[in-house]
Amino acid sequence: MTGVLEVDDLSVDFGRRRLPAVRGISFSLAPGERLGLIGESGSGKSVTALSIMGLLPENARVRGQLRWRGENLVGRPDAVLSRLRGRDLAMVFQEPMTALDPTMRVGRQVAESYILHRDASSGQVRGTVLEALGRVGIEDPQRIADAYPHQLSGGQRQRALIAMALMNRPSLVICDEPTTALDVTVQATVLRVLNRQLASVQAACLFISHDLAVVAQVCERVAVMWRGRIVETGRIVDILERPRHPYTATLVAAARFDPSEPRAVPADLDAEPGAVPDDLDAEPEGAPPTRPYGGEGR
Amino acid sequence: MRRVPLIFGLVAVGFVVVAALLALVWTPYDPAVIDPVHRLGGPGWPHVLGTDTFGRDIASRLMAGSRTCLLVGIVAVAFASAFGIPLGMLAGMTHGVVSRVVLRATDLLYAFPAILVAMLLAAAFGGSSLTGTLAIGIATVPVFTRVARAGTLSVMSQDYIWAARGSGISWASIAVRHVWPNIAPLIGVQASVSFGMAILAEASLSYLGLATPPTTPTWGRMLYDAQAQLFNAPLLTLWPAAAIVVAVMGFNVLGDALRDLLDPRLREVS
Amino acid sequence: MAITRQILGRLTTLVASLLVASAGIFVALNALPGDATAAILGTNADPAAISQLRAHLGLDRPLWVRYLSWLHGLVTGNLGTSLLSGDPVASLIWPRFGVTLSLVTLGMVLSVVVAMPLGMYAAVHRRRARGFIAATLSQLGMAVPAFVAGIVLVLVFAVYLRWLPAGGYTDLQRDPLEWFRHLILPSVSLALVNGSLLARYVRAAFVEVLTEDWFRTARAIGWRLWPALWRHGVRNAATSLITVLGLQLATVFVGAVVIEQVFAMPGLGSLLLDEVGKRDLVVVQAVVMLMVALVLIVNALVDVGYLALDPRLRGRREMR
Repeated sequence: MTGVLEVDDLSVDFGRRRLPAVRGISFSLAPGERLGLIGESGSGKSVTALSIMGLLPENARVRGQLRWRGENLVGRPDAVLSRLRGRDLAMVFQEPMTALDPTMRVGRQVAESYILHRDASSGQVRGTVLEALGRVGIEDPQRIADAYPHQLSGGQRQRALIAMALMNRPSLVICDEPTTALDVTVQATVLRVLNRQLASVQAACLFISHDLAVVAQVCERVAVMWRGRIVETGRIVDILERPRHPYTATLVAAARFDPSEPRAVPADLDAEPGAVPDDLDAEPEGAPPTRPYGGEGR
Repeated sequence: MRRVPLIFGLVAVGFVVVAALLALVWTPYDPAVIDPVHRLGGPGWPHVLGTDTFGRDIASRLMAGSRTCLLVGIVAVAFASAFGIPLGMLAGMTHGVVSRVVLRATDLLYAFPAILVAMLLAAAFGGSSLTGTLAIGIATVPVFTRVARAGTLSVMSQDYIWAARGSGISWASIAVRHVWPNIAPLIGVQASVSFGMAILAEASLSYLGLATPPTTPTWGRMLYDAQAQLFNAPLLTLWPAAAIVVAVMGFNVLGDALRDLLDPRLREVS
Repeated sequence: MAITRQILGRLTTLVASLLVASAGIFVALNALPGDATAAILGTNADPAAISQLRAHLGLDRPLWVRYLSWLHGLVTGNLGTSLLSGDPVASLIWPRFGVTLSLVTLGMVLSVVVAMPLGMYAAVHRRRARGFIAATLSQLGMAVPAFVAGIVLVLVFAVYLRWLPAGGYTDLQRDPLEWFRHLILPSVSLALVNGSLLARYVRAAFVEVLTEDWFRTARAIGWRLWPALWRHGVRNAATSLITVLGLQLATVFVGAVVIEQVFAMPGLGSLLLDEVGKRDLVVVQAVVMLMVALVLIVNALVDVGYLALDPRLRGRREMR
C-alpha cells in the first residue's frame, strides 16, 4: 500500500451506447517503478492513460478507483486534477509532430509547464528552460527555444516534449507510444534520453507501446492488454520465455529484437544525469518536418 | 436528440410551403381588403391573428407573404445555381488561369451582398420584385461556386476519374456522369441554407422598400408598417417577425440536418 | 524573398479586384443611356433640353471615356458632383462616413464578444444537451433579421424601460457619452445577428482545437480547460476566425444600411437609400464604390497581416 498509483477495477465506457473501452483492470506502480502496458491498437491502453490523467472526453464514464498516493482521483473536479497534472503526473504523447502548439515558440511552451505550478514569470525561467532542453540532449538550446515547432525535426520535438514532462520532477510519467512516430535511428536515442531522465528524477513510469522490443528497453515488468482487459502481467524475461495467454504468444512471436540493443533495462541507466552521448544528435540538424503543421491533411 | 433538428426543419419548412400553396387558392380574407372599422384588432375570432392599421387580416397577409418569399427564394436559388454550379465545376476541373479567374471573381462577388446589389439595380432600373430577386440571386452565385468547386475538386482526386480520363472520355461527359452525381447532395444542402438566407434578404429588401411594391403583402413590408404602430400595437411586429424566424431557421436547420445525414463524419466539425 | 513576393502578389490581386469592381459598378449604373437626365428632367422632357443636359453632364461621350474619367476622379479624390443638388459628392459622404464607421466597428467588436463565449461553450459541451442548446441559440440568432432585432430592442429599452434613445446620432466630438448611448442599441442589433453566425465558425474552430494533440499537451502540463482555450486555443483559431470576420465585413456594412434605417441614423446607408430613391447615380456609385473598396482593402490587409505574422505561413508556397 505504498504505491504511487494504484489502479483498482478501472472501467471506462463511452457515449450513450456505453461502448466499453476498458473493462475492470487493476495494477499498481511503486515509486520509481516502470511498468510496460502493451497491446494492439484499440485494446484500451491509451484510454487507460488518459483516464489516469483525467483527460478523457466529456462523454466518457469512468468507474473503479485510481488511487494517487492513496487518494482516489476518479470523479475529482478538474481544478484538483489540473494541479496534479504536469507537476506530479506527467505525460509524453505519441505524435511529436502535432503535440506542440504551432503558434508558440518552443521555449515558451517548455517554460509554461514550469510556471504553471510556481510563482514565476517567463523572464525568470529562461535559464531553467535552456538547462532542461540541454538535459534531454538538445545541442543548441538557445536556438531551439526560440524556434517554432515546425522548424524542428521529430526527434527534437519529442525531446522538447520530454523536457516539458520532466520539468517539475514528477513522480509518475506516462509515455504513450513516445517513439512510434519516429525513425528507427531517432527512436533509439529518444529512448535513451527518456531512460536517463526517468532515472535522474527517479520517476515511476507507465510505458505504453504495441511493441514488446521497445518496452523491453525501458521496463522490466509488463502488463498485456487485450480487448479492454489485462490478460497477463509479469517480468518481460518470463513472458518472453513462457507466454500464458494466446495473444501474448503472438506478441512475442511478432516482436523483433535488434541484436545490437540490450534486451532489458539498458546498462547506462545509471549514467550521470546531464551527460550527453555523442550520438544523440545523429539525426541531421534542422531536418525538414514531414508535415507543415497540425490541423491539415486529416 | 439527434433527430430533433431534422424533424424541426421538416416541420417548419413544410408549414411555410403548405401556407404558401394554400394561399394560391384560399386565404381567410382578401389580404388587401381594407376594413377601417376593425383596424388594429387583437387576436381572436374571426380574425385569428388580428388586423393591422388598415383593418386587413394579418393571418391572410402572412399567408400571402409566404407565397412571395417562397417565390423569391426559388427564383433566386435557381439563378444562383444556374450560374454558380457550372462555374464552380469549371474551376474544379481546370487548372491555371481559368480556375484562378473564377476563384478571384468569386472572392470579389463576396464583397457585394444582396442588399448592395439590390440598391445598384434599383438605382439603375427602379426597384421591383424582379430587381430584388435578381440581386439576391447574384449575391448567392459565389456561395454555389465555392461549394461546387470544393465538391468537384474532391471528386477529381479520385482514382476512377484518372481511369476515365485515360480511356479517352470527354470532359463534358466526366462532368455530367461522374462529377455532378457526386456533388448534387452537397448542392442540395447548400440550396436549403441559401433558401433561408434568401428569405432573410427578401425581408430586408421589402422592409427597405427596395424590392416589392408597397401594396404586395410581404413579411418585410408588414414589419415596416408595424414599426409605425410599435407603441400601441406591439403584437403587429411579432407575427411577421415570428414568420421570418421560423422560415429561415427551418431552412437552415434542415440544411444542417441533411448534411449530417449525408456525411456523419461532418457531425463533429460543422 | 518569398514572403515579399507573396505580399506583392496579394496587393496586385487587390488592385485588379478594385478595377473590376469599379467597372462592374459603373457599367451597372451607366449602361442605360438617358437615365440620369430622366432623373433630373422627368421622362417627358423636351428632347433638345435632354441633349443639352447630356452634353453638359458629359454623357455624350463613349462609356469607356466616362469610366476612365470617373476612375481618374476616384484616384485623385474627386468623387464628382451630385446630379440633383449639384453638391460635391465628397461633401455628402464625409459627414456620414463617421456614423457608419462607428456603427460597423462597434458592431464587429460586439459580434466577437457575443460569438467567442457562445461558440466556445457550444464546442466544449458539444456532446451534451447544453452544447446543443448553445448551438441552437446561435441558429435562432442567425434567423432573426437585424432590423427585427433592432425593433425589438427599441421596444424594450427605449419604449418600455426608457434607458436608451430610440434613434438618432450624436457626434463623438460633441458628446462621447451620448455618442455611445446612441450606438448601443444599433450595434447590439447588428452584433446579435452577425455574432450568431460568427459563433458557428467559432464552434467549428474550437471543436478542432479540442481534438488537437497540442491542446492535449497543454492540458497535460496542468492548464485547466478554459485557461487552456484562451491561452492556446484562441491564438490557433484566430487565423481562420479573422478571415471569416473579414468576409463578414461586407455583410455587416449592408446590415448597417438597414439598421441606420431602423434607428434613423444619418449614415452612409440612409444617404445611399435616399439617393437610390432619387436615382442620383453619381452619389450611389460613389457610396457603393467606397463600401466595396473598404471591404476589399480590409480583406487584403488581413491576408497580408497573416503572411507577416503567422510563423506557419512563412515560407509556405501557397496560401489557403
